Amino acid sequence: MALLERPPRLPRAASEVRPTGGRERRWRTLRGVRRPDGRYSPDPRGTRSLLIALLMACATLITLDHQAGGAALDPARRVIGEVVGPAESAADAVVGPLTRIPGWFRTQDDLRDQVAGLEAENAGLRSELATADFDRNRLAELDGLTAAAEQANHALVPARVIGVGPAQSFSRTVTIDAGSRAGIEPDMTVVNGDGLVGRVLRVTSTTATVLLVIDGDSVVGGRVGSSLEAGFLRGRGVVGDDGRLDLELIDDTVVPARDDVIVTWGSEDGAPYVSGVPVGLVTQVFSNVRETTKRAVIDPFVDFSSLDLVGVVVPSGTESDRAVVEADGSLR
Amino acid sequence: MTWLRAAAAGALVVVALLLQVSVFPHIAWEGVVPNLALLVVVGAALTRGPQFAMTLGFAAGVLLDLAPPADHTAGRWALALLLVGYVAGRVRQDLRPGAGSVVATVAASSFLGTSVFALSGLVLGDLDVGPAIGSGGLLQVVAIAVVWDVLLTPFVLPLVMRVLERLEPATATV
Repeated sequence: MALLERPPRLPRAASEVRPTGGRERRWRTLRGVRRPDGRYSPDPRGTRSLLIALLMACATLITLDHQAGGAALDPARRVIGEVVGPAESAADAVVGPLTRIPGWFRTQDDLRDQVAGLEAENAGLRSELATADFDRNRLAELDGLTAAAEQANHALVPARVIGVGPAQSFSRTVTIDAGSRAGIEPDMTVVNGDGLVGRVLRVTSTTATVLLVIDGDSVVGGRVGSSLEAGFLRGRGVVGDDGRLDLELIDDTVVPARDDVIVTWGSEDGAPYVSGVPVGLVTQVFSNVRETTKRAVIDPFVDFSSLDLVGVVVPSGTESDRAVVEADGSLR
Repeated sequence: MTWLRAAAAGALVVVALLLQVSVFPHIAWEGVVPNLALLVVVGAALTRGPQFAMTLGFAAGVLLDLAPPADHTAGRWALALLLVGYVAGRVRQDLRPGAGSVVATVAASSFLGTSVFALSGLVLGDLDVGPAIGSGGLLQVVAIAVVWDVLLTPFVLPLVMRVLERLEPATATV
């Protein structure tokens, strides 16, 4: 700061530069010194100024991204995503066959395989939707018809998981190989044959980033299938066998039973979550006296450690660069 | 030559990112994959010294922070890898090159990098350590990361160091 505040002064004679050459000397030593043994050894002072400069850059980045939900860096994320996304897709295409050898043995045609898989997935989803308790209650509440109509308005865009965030990053996100060209937008629901996977965070033209429901930041409105009690499902940020969700019920007088099915509660216009997607089973119930709430532990239906084929719920009739599975099972 | 070296280092980082995001998840251990970008930065530190490694670490970290599956606050991996580059580069000056010292540097760097990343998350409120993860869970992730990185060292580090060394011999003027 002191250097900047000093008034600019032109040297009047060459002799005057030499005594005040402190700065110049410092810049020169930035280049480092050579040791007697011939190994290059950088100057600690130069290294330190570079370290400080880069630390400041980190602080700037963190501040920029920490404010306003990271809107400032979204363009940068998008640009990098546009470049890295196709590369991830290509890398996955290279290793994909190796990991999918058993599946590829059966059919020669990958596409047919994929369509059959998706049809089965769609049928599975619809049968899950008909989970007895939940359906009966919906009908009893007389909104079954409208809900069904809403459900029928959705279609699925198939996609494959091509990149998985490492556990060292402590956030549970994946990249899928469908983006805005496939009709995907942020805040769309992502499901697979077993149940709810997560929601779309951001998209590039060919890829999308999905926040898994088990992420520590993920909150999903959930309902107990047998009693229709509403609550909030929070992720624990752990994959594998401990990859569970915590359900906090709004009404503390209700105790969910073991093996009750939890389905999504749904938001307006189906964003970020459409209603009625199965999430998991109740495995344990804790009551918290201090906060007077009941917390249930949910074991998700989806196996998050081996995610591959997923479907993104899009409005029916969405323009897409690939085949879209409509709610009645037809392929468009 | 400097540009060539920077391009080669950049290419190594991109390949590391792709392997780490798209290939290694298939064999991940508790979701933890080897941090190949960190190995590249350590390799750069051991061959080229702290200044080059810090710059490379910062660039690699920004890439890790912004490339698709990432959703944490940007700048956290940049900070972690920058510090890794600095520390590994300083260690190099007092070290005799050898397999043992390389492995020790990798282990220390991996521990430092993953810990700095986790701690910055705690400070920024990005990472919510609930009862499910806990400090034990954090340490477990860090420990697995160290084991992975050390396991991959014999395959990655010689390659990285050879590439960066060949592009500019240590005796050349910098």
